[in-house]
Amino acid sequence: MAISTKQELELIRESVKALCTKFPEAYWRETDEKNAYPEEFIQALTKEGWLSVLIPEEYGGAGLGMVEACAILEEINRSGGNSGAGHAQMYTMGAVLRHGSEEQKRRYLPKVASGELRLQAFGITEPTAGSDTTSIETTAELKGDRYIVNGQKIWTSRAEYSDLMLLLARTTPKDQVNKKTDGLSLFLLDMKDQQHNITIRPIDTMINHATTEVFFENVEIPVENLIGVEGKGFRYVLSGMNAERILIASESVGDGYYFVDKSVQYANERVVFNRPIGQNQGVQFPIAQSYMEIEAARLMRDKAAELFDAGENCAAEANMAKYLASEAAWKAANAAMSTYGGYGFATEYNIERKFREARLFIVAPITNNLVVSYVGQHVLGLPRSF
Amino acid sequence: MNIFVLMKRTFDTEEKISISGGKINEDGAEFIINPYDEYAIEEAIQVRDAQGGEVTVITVGSEEAEKQLRTALAMGADKAVLINTEDDLEYSDQFTTAKILAEYLKDKDADLIIGGNVAIDGGSGQVGPRVAELLNIPYVTTITNLEINGSTVTVVRDVEGDSEVIETSLPLLVTAQQGLNEPRYPSLPGIMKAKKKPLDELELDDLDLEEDDVEAKTKTIEIYLPAQKQAGKVLEGELADQVKELVSLLHNEAKVV
Ligand SMILES: Cc1cc2nc3c(=O)[nH]c(=O)nc-3n(C[C@H](O)[C@H](O)[C@H](O)COP(=O)(O)OP(=O)(O)OC[C@H]3O[C@@H](n4cnc5c(N)ncnc54)[C@H](O)[C@@H]3O)c2cc1C
Repeated sequence: MAISTKQELELIRESVKALCTKFPEAYWRETDEKNAYPEEFIQALTKEGWLSVLIPEEYGGAGLGMVEACAILEEINRSGGNSGAGHAQMYTMGAVLRHGSEEQKRRYLPKVASGELRLQAFGITEPTAGSDTTSIETTAELKGDRYIVNGQKIWTSRAEYSDLMLLLARTTPKDQVNKKTDGLSLFLLDMKDQQHNITIRPIDTMINHATTEVFFENVEIPVENLIGVEGKGFRYVLSGMNAERILIASESVGDGYYFVDKSVQYANERVVFNRPIGQNQGVQFPIAQSYMEIEAARLMRDKAAELFDAGENCAAEANMAKYLASEAAWKAANAAMSTYGGYGFATEYNIERKFREARLFIVAPITNNLVVSYVGQHVLGLPRSF
Repeated sequence: MNIFVLMKRTFDTEEKISISGGKINEDGAEFIINPYDEYAIEEAIQVRDAQGGEVTVITVGSEEAEKQLRTALAMGADKAVLINTEDDLEYSDQFTTAKILAEYLKDKDADLIIGGNVAIDGGSGQVGPRVAELLNIPYVTTITNLEINGSTVTVVRDVEGDSEVIETSLPLLVTAQQGLNEPRYPSLPGIMKAKKKPLDELELDDLDLEEDDVEAKTKTIEIYLPAQKQAGKVLEGELADQVKELVSLLHNEAKVV
């Protein structure tokens, strides 16, 4: 993995910023209004190589690390955009990279890097298994040289805009394994090939996130698309989660800075009672407090990313970064809403859109309650609650 | 085609600028590639892509300009050269810069040299033409279009909003005006490739120049920010009286007529 100098990291940030100026807030407001996928933005990001930052050079990517990937997503969200439409293309391939066979890597990674194949759907959550992942009921049964998949996923984002899905399914029933985390397997599902056995239903949500329900009816996956060893899929999912959490934290950090940037600007400009509203400590303090919390969260995010890039265990830091950043961004979102007064509600000002979007990361990809219980039980050694 | 771009690192005049001790305060300032030089870099890359050859970006300045040179490499230039005058020169002007650039360029067999029309900091617009004079090659300033056919070059030049079409030949120096093209920003593969591209650093010694050879021809007496805009005056009353008052104010107060 290549490591960037401070100067190169700055150049990465400035180049992403420059790209984002081509997609101003009006663009995001419009896609949000129409509930449309920001296709042009994703294409620009892909074409200029930003989404393949983590793919090694030998497979056609930039071969950079988490530190650089974080900078990219942070700048997108800071500009007023929403990385959620494309972030998964960056990291879903991590499962293939870390646990896939050489043949799988050669077959898929170069096409994922070029954008020819989109691998940005990740099917884990089910209606009866949200936080409790090991309770999933979607099954994959080996018949000859293929697995036959039946079941249902929910909240599978970008399924309509992805060629491949990383799918977690049970290959051994829960009551036949020693540990509930065993018997789950991870697959690369070619959704285009199996489109007749898959039904995708969009879910109408409060944000523009292209999230869906996916139904599988005798979906076929060739054995060569099983990732790693059958029954060990849960472990592979866990190992990819650190990357996901650090990147999500970066989106929250970007959101947080967005709200602070906007609040500072508005609080300086808006005059009420013959003075800028920012002169009132009631307006000023929440903005300053949010800023401090975002800066602190950013430090934890940086620490997690650096550990990740050094190949060290960063589970605690990745989780804490996701928690701290999403809470800081949410606080900043509220500070911005208060600063903007009534105008915060007007779509034209974009604050309400970013406010809705920033709220997601307290819930997904893992709820902050679960992060707190992770820290309580696994970092501090307190008794298990579930 | 052997193409050279003259590039300057400048502060961003869109940011707030402050002055202390008779100098522009560099601490709070943001530094960028001079925007007109971005057009020059873009044009050079486009010409190279169409005609083949190589683009070398040169700057005269300090170590800090490395960042802007790397940016140019990430945009697509092939080589970068920093002529570092930090230890040799305390004060320099357009003559200094032009002399150094010309000394570097004189044996490089440049086919095309592109610079910005002006640098947004000093705003003199002198360096490009001076380099061409020293190299004894033709130059055209403020260009908005460039077409190269063999050794014939057709240039459109912006003259205060009108266009002038000029036919000339290579080797040639041109300076870029806004509208020449839309400069690209670096892509990630561009940034990765730039890591491996050569960035050479030279000093006056390497060009066989002494400080005296490049000694500035001018002296900066003072640098100051534009005066704060005064509140305007709104005249009132009958139109004929207003005109009389205006004329008298222009004569006696503003003393402009
Ligand atoms: C817009 C959006 C996009 C998403 N995209 C994807 C995707 O692409 N792929 C995917 O697989 N999933 C996706 N998800 C799903 C997301 O990961 C889940 O919503 C999340 O993990 C929570 O699961 P749940 O919704 O079933 O909540 P539940 O598990 O039902 O939890 C409900 C509430 O109870 C709390 N709770 C539950 N158990 C405990 C406990 N033991 N202690 C304390 N509190 C507890 C939770 O913290 C939460 O507040 C997405 C969700 C959303 C909203």
